[in-house]
Amino acid sequence: MVQEEKFGEKDFQTIIGNLLRYGVWISLSVAFIGGIVYLIHNGNQIEDYSVFKENDRNIFEVIAAVYNGAIQGNGESLIFTGIIFLFMTPVLRVLLSLFSFLLEKDYLYVGITLIVIMIIIISISFGFSH
Amino acid sequence: MTILTFTLIMILGAFLAGFIGSLSGLGGGIIIIPLLTIILGVDIHYAIGAALVSVIATSSGSAAAYVKEGITNMRMGIFLEIATTIGAVCGALLSTIAPTSFIAVLFGLTLIFSAINSLRKKEEHIVLESSPLAKKLKLDGTYPTHDGEVVKYGTKNVLGGFSMMGVAGMMSGLLGIGSGAFKVIAMDNIMRVPFKVSTTTSNFMMGVTAMASSVIYIQKGYIEPGICMPVVIGVLFGAMAGAKILVRTNPKKLRIFFACLIFVLAINMIYNGLNGKI
Repeated sequence: MVQEEKFGEKDFQTIIGNLLRYGVWISLSVAFIGGIVYLIHNGNQIEDYSVFKENDRNIFEVIAAVYNGAIQGNGESLIFTGIIFLFMTPVLRVLLSLFSFLLEKDYLYVGITLIVIMIIIISISFGFSH
Repeated sequence: MTILTFTLIMILGAFLAGFIGSLSGLGGGIIIIPLLTIILGVDIHYAIGAALVSVIATSSGSAAAYVKEGITNMRMGIFLEIATTIGAVCGALLSTIAPTSFIAVLFGLTLIFSAINSLRKKEEHIVLESSPLAKKLKLDGTYPTHDGEVVKYGTKNVLGGFSMMGVAGMMSGLLGIGSGAFKVIAMDNIMRVPFKVSTTTSNFMMGVTAMASSVIYIQKGYIEPGICMPVVIGVLFGAMAGAKILVRTNPKKLRIFFACLIFVLAINMIYNGLNGKI
């Protein structure tokens, strides 16, 4: 008799664990490479971080600017790309949990996860109102 | 100071912050902020942004291991993330309008609170019977011990814990910290979850909580790549080094030493904040 392996919670624990681990290492590698490029080009300059320059750009403008910069090999944009990857890791984790609860047919937790996703979307959309 | 010198100093400082943060159980983010503002003269907004990035990196890194071992209560984490993310968004919005001196003083007070909390004696108190709401939300669970035994536990006072988590999220969004101290109080003292589960689940939640405020931080320009890069790398390796030492030594005496150190930093933050120097 063939025992059918159920794809269960344990497997998701492994997948989520791996996602978190590799997410961090990939993000940091990108940021590190960006850091080297940045230091090679700008290492001898002087920067004053004691005064805060407030921005008011919405998230999509920032991402577009970072993307364009990163393609041209700009160090700061590459660091920023790494940071955005890092921020994406927990988002992917939430999406994975949503998927996991759907497979388990745990609709209460599908709903709870959707609420969390909604709050994140609302936080992103604050960019439009500013 | 050139960018290169500044970067090297920051990597070293962040390594130290990650190291102390991991040994004292306070997390690297909470130590990097006074280091950047008081010692290196960086504006507190940039310091908060860099701390938040390092919080996501260290918490995701260590959460990975605990999730795999099955210690983390993922249901509880996701349920409580509703509270922490709402809190975080409010906190981040508040930080964009709050005066710098207010943020500095609040940070100092949080630092003192966390330091005292890290010295508190921790008693294990497993409850077996869950409250009705906790049963409905399936918040009870099990976790494996070192000898492979499986320990069952129940959960109490869900609404109390949920509200405290909202506060934790708000502090996280306002100050760019993981606010582990608040999260552990919510789960440990209020919801009566075993210590091992509460610390790992708190760690698991930090990434999403921090992410909720990060969007607002990015838009307001808190995230300065030139500062974030050395800070993240330094804190992460410092935390890893700290974790290695933690396995081998008894952290009791170290904890008292670091708590005193943090107390001094906190007083400094409050003093500078009140004088408008930050």
